[in-house]
Amino acid sequence: MKVAHKKALFDPLFNDNPIASQVLGICSALAVTTKLETSVVMSLAVIAVLALSNFSISVIRNFIPPSIRIIVQLTIIASLVIVTDQVLQAFVFDISKQLSVFVGLIITNCIVMGRAEAYAMQNPPVDSFLDGIGNGLGYSLILLIVGFFRELLGAGKLFGYSVMPLVTEGGWYQPNGLMVLAPGAFFLIGIFIWLLRNFKPELRET
Amino acid sequence: MFEHYLSLAVKAIFVENMALAFFLGMCSFLAVSKKVDTALGLGAAVTFVLTITAPLNYLLYTFLLKEGAMSWLGPQFASIDLSFLRFLAFIGSIAAAVQIVEMVMDKFAPALYSALGVFLPLIAVNCAILGAALFIVERDYTLGESTVFGLGSGIGFWLAIVALAALREKMTYSNVPLGLRGLGITFIVTGLMAIGFMAFAGIQL
Repeated sequence: MKVAHKKALFDPLFNDNPIASQVLGICSALAVTTKLETSVVMSLAVIAVLALSNFSISVIRNFIPPSIRIIVQLTIIASLVIVTDQVLQAFVFDISKQLSVFVGLIITNCIVMGRAEAYAMQNPPVDSFLDGIGNGLGYSLILLIVGFFRELLGAGKLFGYSVMPLVTEGGWYQPNGLMVLAPGAFFLIGIFIWLLRNFKPELRET
Repeated sequence: MFEHYLSLAVKAIFVENMALAFFLGMCSFLAVSKKVDTALGLGAAVTFVLTITAPLNYLLYTFLLKEGAMSWLGPQFASIDLSFLRFLAFIGSIAAAVQIVEMVMDKFAPALYSALGVFLPLIAVNCAILGAALFIVERDYTLGESTVFGLGSGIGFWLAIVALAALREKMTYSNVPLGLRGLGITFIVTGLMAIGFMAFAGIQL
């Protein structure tokens, strides 16, 4: 694999994570992470949309007039999201219901627009495709970490299977209800950013 | 009737706050909350656009996209279901509405226009706006309810972002641990605010 490709693919995981350092796409990162299962599905949806939108925008980047590029990008992204939504409804209907409006909100997820604008408009299709996958993975990483802790601490389960038996069901674990609610997600991401910045001091803000 | 709308508005503003309960509009919520002035401007613009686009998207969905929505054109159109096109239609109508609002403001209220400045075009990609449109579809609101819901969620977002901006202005004087400075502590503070807003959840109207 070429160095540039490797960089496009793996940089967004830690060095330049879209959520933790570029502050993109936080809306859905928080909303869909109450369970690990929804986090996984959401991650896959975002990776697919991001990679394909980066690819398609990059293919036609030399034909897009600069003055209407935003609307062109939005149209491409919205069409891809419609396809993704239909696929989810067809194959994993229950999860699609749980994700409710947040599949549609991938359109306004700043990661997709941000990468289209910042990377795909200047780079060839293959690089852009990899950049899309890389950023999608970086996004998924946080989604999965947050989803893991929220489901484990909030319900004592992983993927719906009981890991720590609850007090109410005769076990020993007293679930932390805060984790399932909105504030828990904020705290977890805050703590994650803190940890990341302790290991990567160059990301710190002063 | 009035009570119903009032309770819907209170619910949209406090209990189901767009930013703090549904995490919508988070990107601009975090990025534009460093100063109270700019937060006020953004909040005003979001509220304004939400109040316009919420009923607009409701009409679009009810009379063009929903299954059987086109039956007003004639019985042969009654079986058409375009609801899968709603993302494209909503984002298009939001972008168009933002553009029109921008042009009208520039013409008739130049002072307000220059005050809002760069925030107006940015609103087109604010997830709170699209989110509100999608919630209206999901919850089967009527036209009146959609308008109240749009206005209410706009005010809720406004309230939350101004409160966060005020907190962050105060926080510049506090000694935050190095790695937590900036984004990290903003998340923690937002989390604490979300706990505060959860106290409204018990309100019975």
